[in-house]
Amino acid sequence: MMEPINAFVVLSNFVLIPALAYGSQIALGALGITLIFGILRFAHFAHGDIMAFGTGIVILTTWGLQAQGIGFGPLPTALLALPVGIAVTILYLLAVDRTVYRFYRRVKAKPMIFVMAALGVMFVTNGITRLIMGPGERRFDDGERFIITVRDFREWTGLAEGLALRSSQVLTIVVALLAMVLLFWFLNRTRAGKSMRAYSDNEDLALLSGINPERVVVITWAITGTLVVLAGTLYGLDKSYRPFTYFQLLLPFFAAAIVGGLGNPMGAIVGGYVVAFAEMGITYAWRRVVSYLMPEGMEPTGLMQILPVDYKFAVTFGILVIVLIFRPTGIFRGRTL
Amino acid sequence: MKKLLLATAVSALASGGALADEVRFGVLLGFTGPLESITPHMADGAELAFREINESGKFFDGTTITPVRADSGCVDSALAQASAERLISSDNVVAIMGADCSGVTRAVLENVAMAMGVPMISPSATSPGFTTFDSGGIFYRTAPSDARQGEILANIVIERGIDTVAVTHTNNDYGAGLANAFNEAFQAAGGTVTTTIPHEEARGDYSAEVGSLASAGGDALMVLGYVDGGTNIIRTAWELGAFEQFFVGDGVFTEDMPNIVGDAASAIIGTVPSATGEAAENWQRIGSEAGINYGSSFVAESYDAAALLALAAKAGGEISAEAIAANVMNVANEPGEEIHAGDLARGLEILAEGGEINYIGATGVMLIEPGEAAGTYREYTFEDGEITTVQFH
Repeated sequence: MMEPINAFVVLSNFVLIPALAYGSQIALGALGITLIFGILRFAHFAHGDIMAFGTGIVILTTWGLQAQGIGFGPLPTALLALPVGIAVTILYLLAVDRTVYRFYRRVKAKPMIFVMAALGVMFVTNGITRLIMGPGERRFDDGERFIITVRDFREWTGLAEGLALRSSQVLTIVVALLAMVLLFWFLNRTRAGKSMRAYSDNEDLALLSGINPERVVVITWAITGTLVVLAGTLYGLDKSYRPFTYFQLLLPFFAAAIVGGLGNPMGAIVGGYVVAFAEMGITYAWRRVVSYLMPEGMEPTGLMQILPVDYKFAVTFGILVIVLIFRPTGIFRGRTL
Repeated sequence: MKKLLLATAVSALASGGALADEVRFGVLLGFTGPLESITPHMADGAELAFREINESGKFFDGTTITPVRADSGCVDSALAQASAERLISSDNVVAIMGADCSGVTRAVLENVAMAMGVPMISPSATSPGFTTFDSGGIFYRTAPSDARQGEILANIVIERGIDTVAVTHTNNDYGAGLANAFNEAFQAAGGTVTTTIPHEEARGDYSAEVGSLASAGGDALMVLGYVDGGTNIIRTAWELGAFEQFFVGDGVFTEDMPNIVGDAASAIIGTVPSATGEAAENWQRIGSEAGINYGSSFVAESYDAAALLALAAKAGGEISAEAIAANVMNVANEPGEEIHAGDLARGLEILAEGGEINYIGATGVMLIEPGEAAGTYREYTFEDGEITTVQFH
């Protein structure tokens, strides 16, 4: 009787909970990409490096606060530092928009030229982040690290398998859900949100009805900056911070946004979880789970792993290709907001 | 053309004349590439030995040794071979202290040094491949083979009554070689390796790797890699409750472990090459007097490699490739008076009188066939956040 429970605990410990947290982080990142694609109409390749930059600011502020002896009780101090990181990132994004993107918007450049400009911004941001933070790994998590530790769980339940629940995982899921609800409320209920959707639907019509395009652009960057710093800080708290890994997250971000349907916020969220669960599920070795469920004597001998862990990125690419072949607009119909 | 030939002949004569009181030794290390942060210190170590010999004035009537640095690139075989060829044909070096990384060392040895008959002593090539490679007696190394570390690790695991382990190694020659050596030794001793999974460095998240290792099971996890990925894997595995006991190879050695992995540090047992007792104390004294970074990786081994080249020449009675190649093993091993770091002048004296020496040097050198360091390893663990030595192997 304990066997199915043990199987479920192993699965939760190694796949379900990590994938839920990872999926939330990807969803936040993908939301930013999808918003920029929907409203500014280009693929924002600098997203991963902007995330590294913003999180870097959060980390520096966190260290400053820690040096002052300011903490946030059981919660990570980084949460207190978030507003600073978000504000600096938004200012940085607006400065980039003024100096780079605005010009191309004015001359109505082709999307491909925008992408190249974003690529340039990516390299520059990449360099700035490395100058400030260095290329190495940085840790900034503090506060209570666990809600449930494996060892406590085993003691309480008497099960053979343990379950770890990190506070950063719960925090990620809660913050991501809050951010998503707020975003949808903003887009559907407020005047600014409605003007953004109008601008995304039909730029000319929106201009005719008196919507100030520059205002829409500023709001878009502000929302994107907030989401991306949230995603980066949560990822850093949950796993670790390193500029290069953040750059690499660009792939799952885009995969999630495209799978869900570019320009569709709901799609970005669903896409984030699809990518996360696929990556974790396909590279997970299922032997332990299956051997709990199989009758005695029929346990599998192999690892029951569909792809080795090294192929994590291949899974993301695979999903991307399959979606583009069979449903090019994504799971939800893309290019609307 | 004639003029060119003439000029070449004249310059060859000129440099031949200079050889009487100056002799050149190559220092071939990866001054660019993945090891560029530690190779300058290694070169300092080698040059310290040469300087000590020069200052003694006892090396063939005051002949001085001039070290010539060249770049092996660590992972660039073409560069390493070109550098070695330049050292031998244009700088006329008698022998080479180097190369550093196993791959380029093998390339230089096979394609340049063996063809030209120039002896090499590598301070840091640890690949087990050299043990079975026949260099014709011109290749030696002051670093122990990873095969030996694999055996020691296997013994440590077995001694603790653990007979099933999962292995993960960093995805390169070093990691794969060490994992292979460990697996063979462990299985030969009756242990079972449940799985061997490679991992990449500098990933943000290792939970997928740990998930696979946990699924394969085992009483302990063997991590053979570097500090960066290795500590992340241990931390993740500890937090997910995948393993309760960890063993690590020399690449994962860091005294800062308790700060990085927290409570898991007390569950870690590792090995790291380390000289003991008098040899280590002497080396610390000499190194700090000279003002070099003597504690950095392979600096002591570099000092020993350079000293061995010079001592072997002295033992052979002439500064030639043949004399060096033939005498490295004699000066490095018993019988004879023990020569520590800083005593090179004494060693030269004994050899000049026709006596025998047993070079101990900075790392407690003892060369076993076919010319590699036997190697002393320290087995360490962490108690109350402090690194503690369990024993030496």
